[in-house]
This record gives sequence, C-alpha cells and structure tokens, in this order.
Amino acid sequence: MQKKNALMAWIDDRLPVTVTYEKHMSKYYAPKNLNFWYFFGVFSFLMLANQILTGVWLTMSYNPTAEGAFASVEYIMRDVEWGWLIRYLHSTGASFFFIAVYMHMFRGLLYGSYQKPRELIWIFGMLIYLMLMAEAFMGYVLPWGQMSYWGAQVIISLFGAIPVIGDDLVTWIRGDYLISGITLNRFFALHVIALPLVIVALVVLHILALHEVGSNNPDGVDIKKHKDEKGRPLDGIPFHPFYTVHDIMGVVVFLAVFCFVVFFWPEGGGFFLEHANFEEANGLKTPEHIAPVWYFGAFYTILRAIPNKLGGVVAMGAAIAILFVLPWLDRSPVKSWRYKGWITKVSIVVFAIAFVILTWLGTQPATATYTLIGQICSVIYFAFFILMPWYTRFEKTKPVPERVTV
Amino acid sequence: MSDGGVNKTRRRLIFATAGMGGVGGAFVAVPFIKSWNPSEKAKAAGAPVKQDISKVEPGQMVTLAWRGKPVYVVHRTSETLEQLPSIDDRLKDPESENLDQQPEYARNEQRSRRSDYLVIEGVCTHLGCAPKFHPEVKPEPFDPEWKGGFYCPCHGSRFDLAGRVFSGSPASDNLKVPPHSYEDGNVLIVGVDEETA
Amino acid sequence: MKQLRMFLLALIPSLGMAAGGNVHLDDMKPDMRDKASLQRGAKNFFNYCMGCHSLKFGRYNRVARDLEIPEDLMINNLIFADKKAGALMSIGMKPEDAKVWFGAAPPDLTLVSRVRGEDWLYTYLRSFYEDPKRPLGYNNTVFPNVGMPHVLADLQGRQLFGRGQVPIGIDPLTGQEVTEEREGVLYVAEKGKLTTKEYDGFVYDLVNFLVYMGEPMQVERQSIGLWALLFLALFFVPAYMLNREFWKEIH
Repeated sequence: MQKKNALMAWIDDRLPVTVTYEKHMSKYYAPKNLNFWYFFGVFSFLMLANQILTGVWLTMSYNPTAEGAFASVEYIMRDVEWGWLIRYLHSTGASFFFIAVYMHMFRGLLYGSYQKPRELIWIFGMLIYLMLMAEAFMGYVLPWGQMSYWGAQVIISLFGAIPVIGDDLVTWIRGDYLISGITLNRFFALHVIALPLVIVALVVLHILALHEVGSNNPDGVDIKKHKDEKGRPLDGIPFHPFYTVHDIMGVVVFLAVFCFVVFFWPEGGGFFLEHANFEEANGLKTPEHIAPVWYFGAFYTILRAIPNKLGGVVAMGAAIAILFVLPWLDRSPVKSWRYKGWITKVSIVVFAIAFVILTWLGTQPATATYTLIGQICSVIYFAFFILMPWYTRFEKTKPVPERVTV
Repeated sequence: MSDGGVNKTRRRLIFATAGMGGVGGAFVAVPFIKSWNPSEKAKAAGAPVKQDISKVEPGQMVTLAWRGKPVYVVHRTSETLEQLPSIDDRLKDPESENLDQQPEYARNEQRSRRSDYLVIEGVCTHLGCAPKFHPEVKPEPFDPEWKGGFYCPCHGSRFDLAGRVFSGSPASDNLKVPPHSYEDGNVLIVGVDEETA
Repeated sequence: MKQLRMFLLALIPSLGMAAGGNVHLDDMKPDMRDKASLQRGAKNFFNYCMGCHSLKFGRYNRVARDLEIPEDLMINNLIFADKKAGALMSIGMKPEDAKVWFGAAPPDLTLVSRVRGEDWLYTYLRSFYEDPKRPLGYNNTVFPNVGMPHVLADLQGRQLFGRGQVPIGIDPLTGQEVTEEREGVLYVAEKGKLTTKEYDGFVYDLVNFLVYMGEPMQVERQSIGLWALLFLALFFVPAYMLNREFWKEIH
C-alpha cells in the first residue's frame, strides 16, 4: 500500500491524475434522483466508442474509390473474417447513436437542462449533434449504393439554393460536375479523420462544462444550495461508485437491445440499412423512392413542406438553428416540466408527437396527404419554439421543492 | 460508505461484475483480432499453383509465383545431383537439421520430393531479397570454387543447388522448400503437401 | 397558393409509382437450413441464370462450403469456366455487349434478394407471359416491360395473360382442382416440362438460394446472436445486484 501511494504521489507531482479522477468521478457529486432518462448520455458515449472502434477496423478493408467502394463493403461482409459483424455493429451503431442522442436531447427539454447556468453545455451538445449529422451523412455515402449516391445528390443540391454562389458552391463541394469518386474520397477523409476529431473534442468540452456547473435533475433543483459540514451537497452522491454501477447495469440492458438488432434485425426493416443501398450507385438510374435515413427524416420533411427550393432549405436550416437558442427561448422561472404549467406540458407532448411524425414522414414518399400532414407538423415544430418565450413566462408554475424528491 | 471493515457481499459482487465485464471484453476482442487473418480473397490468391514442368530442360530454372513469393523450380542434371554431397563440409546445415526450412518429405540429400526437381522459395533467409541463379560450375567473383547455385546480390549469401547455405554467408538458414506435390507425374502443385493421384 | 398546387401536381407521378409497386406478391418463406433446397437452387442458378447474371461478390468455394456441396463436385459440375475454386463468381459477358443484346445489362444478382425481397423475386419469376409486342416476346406483370426474356419458359410452359382458367381451390368431394374462367389473369396455355407445382418448387429453391447469396452468414449471425444475448442476460444478474447493493443506502 505504501509503495503504491509513493508511486501515485510521484505521478501526481507530475500529472494531476488523482485530482482529475476525484474531480470527475469519486468527488463529482451528482443528484441522487437521476432517473431513466439520464442513461442516454452514457449510451451516446458508448455508441461513440463503438463507432470509432468499428470504424477504424472497417477502414482497414474499405476502398474509397467509385470503382471499388461497393465491392469492398461486400468484401468486408463476405471475405473478411468477422467483417460482417464489424460492419453491422457500425451501421446499427449509427442508428442507435442517434436514438440515444435524441432521447438525451429530449431529456434536456423535459427537465430544462439547458437553462442557466447550463447554456454552454446545451450549445456544445447542439454542435455535437450538428457534427454528428454531417458525420452520418458522409458515412452513408461511403458504401456507394444507390441511396448513398442519390442521397448525396439531393443533400448537396440543397446548397444550390443559396443565392448567387449556390451553383459554384455545389460544384466545389463535389469537386466535380457530378457526384463522383472525387466526392467520395473527400467525404471519406472527413468521415474518418476530421469530423471524429471535432466530435471527440466537443464531447470533452460538453463534459467539462457539465462538471463545472454540475448535473441538473428531474426536479430542476440546485443541489448545491444545501451542503453538509464538509461542503458536500446533501442531495448529491459521488458519481463513482454510485452512478458507475448504475450505468453498468443500464449499459448491459442497452447492449442487449443493440445486440438484438445487430444479430437478428440488422436492416431494421429497411430503416437502418435501406434496401436500395444494396444496389451499386448508378448515376443514370434514380431509385423509385429516395428517402434519407430515418434520423434525418424530420428535417427532410420540413424541407419538403415548403414548395420552394430556397424556402425549404431556409426552413430546414431554421429548424436546426432554433434548437441552438433554446436556452434563451425558455423564460420560465422553473426548470423541470414537473413544475411548469399545463401549457408547457401539453406543448412538449404535442411537439414530441409532431417530431416523431415528421421523422416518419421523411422516410415516406411525398403524397398530397403526407405533405399536408408534414406541413401541419412543421408548423407545430416551429410554434413550439417561437411561442415558448410567451407561454413559459405567463403560465402559472408550481412551487419547486427545496430538496430533490426521490 | 464501507463500514470500516471489508464488505464481503459488495466485494464479491464487484468481482463478479468485473469478471463478466472482462469476459465480455474478451469476446468482443475476438472478431477484431480474427479480422486480421488472411481474408477469403487472400486465401484464394494464395491457393496452390499448378505448373506442367515437363518442358523444363535439364539445368534450367522456371519461376512460379505462390502467395506472392517467387518459387524456383530447377531441373537438376544427374551431375549436379552427384556432386551435392561433395560440398557438405562447406555448408552450415548440410543435413537439413532445421526442420522449419523444409517439409519432412524434402528432408533428404536433394532437399526435394523428386530428386531431379528442386522446388524452393526464392526468398533469401537473410533479409528477404531474391537470390540469383548461377548454374554454371566455374570460378565466380564471389566464390572461386563455385559448383553452381544461388547468389544473393543484396548481401552476398550463397546457396548450393539444393538451396543449402554456405558457411560464411550472412544468411543462417537454408532456402525454404514450400509444400509441394505432383499430379499425374509432370504437374507440379506448389502449396499442397499430399501426393494426389 | 398556385405554386403549392403546382407542387402537389408534381407529386402525382410519384403516387403512380407507388401504386405501380403495389402488385400483389405471393408470400415466400426462405429456409436457410434446408440445404437440399439451397443445393438445388444453386444448381438451377448455375444452369439457367449464370449465362447472363453474375454473383460477383461471392466465391465458389464459399458456396460449396456453406451448402455442403463437395468441392470436387462443385468444381467439376458447376464451375464451367476454367476458374479456381476460390474465384469470385463473375461471368464472361461484357456489360457493353449485354446492353446491345437486351437493352440493359443483366444485373449482378448477389444482392438482389436484399434489394427486392424474396416475395418479389418469387412472384416475378412466376409472372412472365408471352407478349408479341415486346422485342424478345415476353412481358411480366410484376416488372412491366422488363428487358429479360422468359428463360424458364420450357419448364413453366406457355404462360399467357388475359382471359383464362385459373385454379380457385380443391373440390372437397372429388378432390380435384376446381378452375374458373377469369379476366386479367396469368394462365398456362400449354404445359411445359414441369407441372405448376414443380415449377413453383423450382423457383422456390432458386429464390431460397438467392436469399442465401444476399447474406451468406445469416444462419451463423443468428446463432451467435443467441449466445450474445444469453451472455448479456447472465451479465445483468451481478450488474443488477451490484447496483442494488450500493444504492440500498441512498434514500
């Protein structure tokens, strides 16, 4: 024991290992009433690790050229020992990453986790989400199937809606006069190196900012208001061991669901791996029905809801941008929806339903009825945010308890 | 938190959970490690190579490619075979005692399955260069008493016409004999040990 | 508003497209454990399809191994070109030539089951009919104006589309098939080498094989999945108890 302490002391004089460990784990006090929704942060982190690990391995056998990409994915699926599992872990991991992130964001919405003093945590989180969308989009191009190709065609064309520079910008992004191996190769570089670096850096900032102010909780109570004689929050418990053992249990359950899909349902009914993407990219033949992967569905529906190219692009951009300013839209004196008024409660439920419908519609062909539903849900989406400053300020809130409720 | 002493239940559960986690981690590692094995593509490319060798004149050599490596096939003359034992005392391993360098059936004076055909990998056992074929019995700049064999241009290793390395060469092992067999008498198969009909 | 109406109008072709995809498809349940069916399917594919369609992402020896076909038998009977057992199952036909002959190059079929689904393939291969208006004399109800001729016509017989006798059930008294004349149906006007039932079986085997080709590791995937889930279920026990042990003191 003595020896071990001496070694630790030697290291601590040179690198703040113990201090860091205590600050972020054993003496990081988290509220003791964190519930089910608080699992999704660690699930997102797990999926990030999964994507990086499997991604590195896929890169070992993938060929980023227009001639070789599609065949190299099938090479991984058939000829590389266990390659199919690594590929399915990556493709399913992408969808599960988004599921976890969406639940994590929704948790923030329910309990007002973005409110003062956690605005920066929310901003970093939104930047992660934005980068993740870019990462997922470029990753989807890499298998070079029909949906990769035509999805890229549609998404890149969106930039063409920008006045004056639009067309030149589209050509510049593609690096060619059409989507080609040149485009594929640069997307590959961004997907495997640039964006993962940015995402990991943002995750570090996200967590540092969180640990500076401490975790919110389902009651939205500030646990730092009541401390014991040693300065420990009365309602806080050390992250390690309490939340580590809690998260291990949650992770096992999450992995079971994840493994079920990986091993028994890897196509996810055509939502996780789209059927048309099993056909090699062909620039002369558009598939009957182009749909983005499900996690872009909501924004794609908002894009289609506006019958004007520029208008659609602006609406889609606004739908994402408005999320960034959420901390300043919520004027409520309380954080958690538990103590907000009925208008907020109803709004959040309606918003969630509208978002799910928007997501689903994005994967469906645009019929007249669907477009109309999409337009209604788009209005709900924006109304939820735009009206938030009013209904949160004027609605009657309930008194927030002094201490957390368990 | 712990009540002064050791909480046995807690300790047992920590070990059980950590153990399961460790086993799970090991399971997860398997696909990642195994994916580095030669793929089906590599195996197909490394499949046995067949060559009809009846056209190789005595004293001549042909080179085949097996698993990306040159394989030298030399049709040795009876004179060559006769003089092989005479140079034993100049060699590092005349009796082929290093069993890694040839299959059991080629552990003989001629180092081959069929005495007239030498089948060896053209990869120098020193640093992997391709030794050059110098079949003539004549004084060479690198060896005034040359009886024919292989000379590696990279670092001067010398081998006789059974692929055995000469003393004084930087290489320490004889040239490797790949698994080989014959089909219908004259078709050489490199990469398969069993003798087929 | 006018713009909106134009937009909605522009959507109508996609509506029509969706309707086009709504042809009734017969149900087909692949069985990856039926090795005999898969072997027959492979044989059918190599005999009837591989003249034009490759399986270029798969290898001969993998098929032999997975379907338990002895490798010698595979090499001697199924690999026609002078190829190695480990070679990819590509074909000699050049896409440029094929385009001239058929109007479109016959696609590679390694992944066709994952693009189209087994029901579509099973119905498609049984829905060719003679149509003199088409360049090669055949049309298909599932894939209208398809460029592919009815390669299996000598097996199925002459199938026509229009007014014909179709089986509607079995007479409970006589045990004989009852037919009825209907409009707009596919019917076999002249018997081929196989009966309707045999032909359905032939196509079933073929599609079963294509489903295998689409994802050759699917049986392995599911059996490993069971072990993975079993392990996680076991893992949950100490993880749950550990969590409970720590949290029992938190109130």
